[in-house]
Amino acid sequence: MSPISRGFRGRRSESPADTARTPPGQYLTSDFPVLSAGPTPHTPLRDWTFSIQQAGTDLRTWTWQELLELPAEEITADIHCVTRWSKLDTRWRAVPIDTLLAHVDHQARFALAFCDGGYTTNVPLADLTGGQAWVAYEYDGRPLAPEHGGPARLLVPHLYFWKSAKWVRGLDLLAADEPGFWERYGYHNYGDPWREQRYAGD
Amino acid sequence: MTVRDESALDGNAIGGLLLEVFGTEMTAAVAVCGSCGAAGPMAETVVYLRAPGTVVRCRACAAVLMVVVRRHQQNCVDLLGLAALEPV
Amino acid sequence: MAGTAVRGRLTWQVATVDEVREETASVRTIALSVPDWAGHKAGQHLDVRLTAEDGYTAERSYSIASAPGEPLAITVERLDDGEVSPYLTEELRAGDEIEIRGPIGGYFVWTGDNAATPLLLVAGGSGVVPFRSMLRHRHNLGSEAPIRLLYSARSLPDVIYRRELERADAGVAIIYTLTRQQPPGWTGHAGRLDRRLLTEAAWPAEQDPLIFVCGPTPFVEAVASGLTELGYPARRIKTERFGGAEAP
Repeated sequence: MSPISRGFRGRRSESPADTARTPPGQYLTSDFPVLSAGPTPHTPLRDWTFSIQQAGTDLRTWTWQELLELPAEEITADIHCVTRWSKLDTRWRAVPIDTLLAHVDHQARFALAFCDGGYTTNVPLADLTGGQAWVAYEYDGRPLAPEHGGPARLLVPHLYFWKSAKWVRGLDLLAADEPGFWERYGYHNYGDPWREQRYAGD
Repeated sequence: MTVRDESALDGNAIGGLLLEVFGTEMTAAVAVCGSCGAAGPMAETVVYLRAPGTVVRCRACAAVLMVVVRRHQQNCVDLLGLAALEPV
Repeated sequence: MAGTAVRGRLTWQVATVDEVREETASVRTIALSVPDWAGHKAGQHLDVRLTAEDGYTAERSYSIASAPGEPLAITVERLDDGEVSPYLTEELRAGDEIEIRGPIGGYFVWTGDNAATPLLLVAGGSGVVPFRSMLRHRHNLGSEAPIRLLYSARSLPDVIYRRELERADAGVAIIYTLTRQQPPGWTGHAGRLDRRLLTEAAWPAEQDPLIFVCGPTPFVEAVASGLTELGYPARRIKTERFGGAEAP
């Protein structure tokens, strides 16, 4: 039985959690912690593209300039990291995945997001569409910083934040689900914070 | 190429975790990368602690060597990125 | 080799704080009592775990400042945005209990076995802590191993163990560089520990020194590349990177 460290609170904020907006097991933070599984990539914008692929073929590709020209939205969202911090009212400028998928013809039910540095994460198409997901390139009114996934990251706020893949470069549309990086190492395949689906089998 | 990531630590930082997982000191153990074949002490690997799990990468090629996820008070250890891990 | 789930072993122990000693404005040495402490080697570290009332835990690693055989002590630098170090350097007091795991490390250690090998120790900020253990160990052994310690700190008040280092034994040379601020009349080095200073202050490569580099990651990366470029073989360079702090 571990002794309690007298007076230790850690980094959690003093204000009580807003239980309506804080999923089970989470605490609120006013920081924006940086979590990484590898080195921060630095792809020059002139080389950057976002692609929707299927069966090894590019269905549609956008350059950085073309991405910026797409209609974008100002999003405010609560985000929930599986490491237990939640951050409310985060603000982003982002292109809806619906907008990107409107340019391709597909029958897929699953997607695997792929990123610079090799990170991947899987999300069902049903969770990427219907106004639930974006490609975000501004955070809090400024260009998305590299440490937070800039130039662009996936944003899927209704799932744990490991699904909001940093340094995203595209979506691979799949007929069958395929686990991504953390899903292969023991995290939950779907990741709903409200059902506390942190680990495989939860 | 050598990975020089200023935000990362090295294998010394997971000495305690390795002790817990393997039951013995492992920072001096020689890790052989399954991707590029580079061999060196675990202490010299590139380690990411600020993540949903601990990620250990090869300093020569950045390939993932080992991942440890703490799940319900257990360590789930994936060593598939290592060709070998030899205690000294 | 296959993936596997392994139950965590019970290697945490409860330590009692005997004493705290302020080394600098942001650095504190914490003396600990651990029942059945088996001893340690110079260069090793402890993992420290804190538990809040609601069960929230945080763990960090800290180098052991004491030499083998001496009462156990760690030295902790307070990081402004830290989660554990502000607690250890400001709140913790004698009589408190913390959990520790260790000693840990078999790579970044100096046992003092070979008295002929010159040792080069390169410290960035609180990277000097494991080297203090090594220097005290050398003293306790009565060893004549030639040592040069290159110590990069922000300013003179930021030099940890300053009085003790001033009384270093014969055969131990300490070269400081103060990177941000120097006292009036300072005749020592100023600015970052760069190739020029390494060339000047380190044992020549022909003497085949054993080299230890310790400090924040950016510091260690810069020094290790500098040493490699100057011709020191990688197999003679041992590194230990700390998190959180900026290079001095």
